Amino acid sequence: MRKVLLATCVGAVAAFAAGAATANDELTKMSQNPKDWVMPTGNYANTRYSKLDQITAANVGKLQVAWTFSTGVLRGHEGGPLIIGNMMYVHAPFPNTVYALDLANDNKIVWKYEPKQDPNVIPVMCCDTVNRGVAYGDGKIFLHQADTTLVALDAKTGKVEWTAKNGDPSKGATGTSAPMVVKDKVLIGISGGEFGVQAHMTAYDIKTGKMVWRAFSEGPDDQILVDPTKTTELGKPVGKDSSLKTWQGDQWKIGGGATWGWISYDPSLNLIYYGSGNPSTWNPKQRPGDNKWSMTIWARDPDTGMAKWVYQMTPHDEWDYDGVNEMILSDQQINGTERKLLTHFDRNGLGYTLDRATGELLVAEKYDPKVNWTSGVDMNKSSPTYGRPKVLDQYSTDKQGEDHNVKGICPAALGSKDEQPAAYSPDTQLFYVPTNHVCMDYEPFKVSYTAGQPYVGATLSMYPPPGESNMGNFIAWDGKTGKIAWSNKEQFSVWSGALATAGGVVFYGTLEGYLKAVDAKTGKELYKFKTPSGIIGNVTTYEQGGKQYVAVLSGVGGWAGIGLAAGLTDPTAGLGAVGGYAALSNYTALGGTLTVFSLPQ
Amino acid sequence: MALVASGNIVVADTAADPTAVKSENGKYLDKEGNPTFKVAPDGTVDWYTYSGYRRYHSECHVCHGPDGMGSTYAPALKDSLKTMSYADFLGVVASGRQNVSTSQENVMPSFGNNRNVVCYLDDLYVYLRARANGAVGRGRPAKHEEKTPAAQKQEDDCMADSK
Repeated sequence: MRKVLLATCVGAVAAFAAGAATANDELTKMSQNPKDWVMPTGNYANTRYSKLDQITAANVGKLQVAWTFSTGVLRGHEGGPLIIGNMMYVHAPFPNTVYALDLANDNKIVWKYEPKQDPNVIPVMCCDTVNRGVAYGDGKIFLHQADTTLVALDAKTGKVEWTAKNGDPSKGATGTSAPMVVKDKVLIGISGGEFGVQAHMTAYDIKTGKMVWRAFSEGPDDQILVDPTKTTELGKPVGKDSSLKTWQGDQWKIGGGATWGWISYDPSLNLIYYGSGNPSTWNPKQRPGDNKWSMTIWARDPDTGMAKWVYQMTPHDEWDYDGVNEMILSDQQINGTERKLLTHFDRNGLGYTLDRATGELLVAEKYDPKVNWTSGVDMNKSSPTYGRPKVLDQYSTDKQGEDHNVKGICPAALGSKDEQPAAYSPDTQLFYVPTNHVCMDYEPFKVSYTAGQPYVGATLSMYPPPGESNMGNFIAWDGKTGKIAWSNKEQFSVWSGALATAGGVVFYGTLEGYLKAVDAKTGKELYKFKTPSGIIGNVTTYEQGGKQYVAVLSGVGGWAGIGLAAGLTDPTAGLGAVGGYAALSNYTALGGTLTVFSLPQ
Repeated sequence: MALVASGNIVVADTAADPTAVKSENGKYLDKEGNPTFKVAPDGTVDWYTYSGYRRYHSECHVCHGPDGMGSTYAPALKDSLKTMSYADFLGVVASGRQNVSTSQENVMPSFGNNRNVVCYLDDLYVYLRARANGAVGRGRPAKHEEKTPAAQKQEDDCMADSK
């Protein structure tokens, strides 16, 4: 472990004062201070909404760059910094450097942490060496390193307080996701869905790093922490061996269901929410059954890990539609009744709204009109297929079978939306969703499993929907009705997390590198600035010295950096059309930079 | 040409003439006896080019990009194969390679024990050789020769091998 202490003197920050309060109370209180950004998702509800209103729809056009900071790393930069008092914590992809900057002292580097990791973990990371950020709690900064080491750093000094090993990279398990602190526990998921990892969500003790509980995505009831009589799906108990019954033999042991998305938490219901990813392999023929509980929305008790309810969105996945995307918690009226809602934009192209207390399914609608693999979800409560999507045979890679190339499936495997988190504004009651507008051909074939080696089993090619040249949209969505309020075309997939503010402005980044500000009500573009590289990071806001700032990491890469760097081709179009889908490499190059904006003095 | 390579160093051994001079059960060979592609005037590709396209887009494209075009973190093999010999190709795929410096960390794993790769080494090589020589464009080849019983048997034997 290498750590450089660049300063010994750190300004006293009230947040670090040791207190009797649990980390939960501390964090809940801290997250209500709009001047700070204390958790990767902004708040427990994952709304990415800030009450700061100095920057408004009327003045955002005057925004300027206030300062910038290079991370010194070239790979794809997902996530965003934390801001707590005068301190900002900036993370980077592998080697997972973390910088603590003093915002009150010329953004000076207070400490830097750079773990020594075996580079052999790099190629086990599907789709670039991204990291989605650090978490804060109990005076510590938590980082999930690529090699799955969960490390707790003293927030003042960067000193390592404890470490815990969350998985085995030699078997394909890696760390990419941001931890979440809930009460006295640090929650963390794991990556490795393309390597046949039996994925899990794990809670570690915030003081010691000792594992408190671990809940797998598939396996026996005592491994997935499900109570056969009390855990429900769509109102009914899941019953005994709910996962085992849906796999052939021991396949669940290499079943995937990765958990690298964002985590949300409702303190009043005492439930955490997250999604599980695709079942391994991508060849559906090789794993008959519903493959539970991959592709599932989980509601768990954070104290014990026990599941309260589950909902499997895509039983027996045939397209790699990971269910890992964030769960956004809002309180809104549906049919005149105030409901505690959970809204989720799944990779499969459906926007779901559920009652987050009970798991009742309220809305499931396409949030990209091009989604074509399903005719919709069965919403009839008395139907035997209630809650299941109706799959069209034409786009079923299972029905068409191995060695058959199924063409024109929308969305592509990267989903109508991937990990890039949406935002929700209680002012407009709209969700702001960064989306991919990409379709694919998908051909499954037989593969063999080797520990630590990719376990994919499908060939795919991706392209924009026929007749269209934009590969992304930035949309506003009404979660109560399942309708698009407005939609802005983007040339490339929008792979940046959105931010909504009380100033009536919504921010997001683009793959070419623009930070954009749009009107929350209409979507009208109000401001754009081209940062040094493509943006796959999430937009953050904070206040320092009486001034509102907007910050975003640029640094192109991630899964977006694979296909789009080279440009996608439309096999149905003539050669002349290829120029319309020009390569991202014509617009931007590598390099991690934090760009911070504010209004002029 | 030696069939053993360390995999650590890739010599800029200008790849030999790719012209197919003979066929063994549907696998075409160049004058040195190395596997190569064959594209008919109507665009029909040999089985190995087609199979290599499929295997590439399962095992390799998540790093090396679609159609061998490269990504933000791995080289474009449509270019690498212009100078890489068959032996070096086999060596790198089997052993992996590391290129870690202060400014980049490019690491390719060893695929030597991954049957989804090693059972299709010639397929991958032939496809990428065709890409490097401009014989096959981007996307899935529209037409291909049928898989021969010999190719099927070799595949079955290799995939079944350690099961």
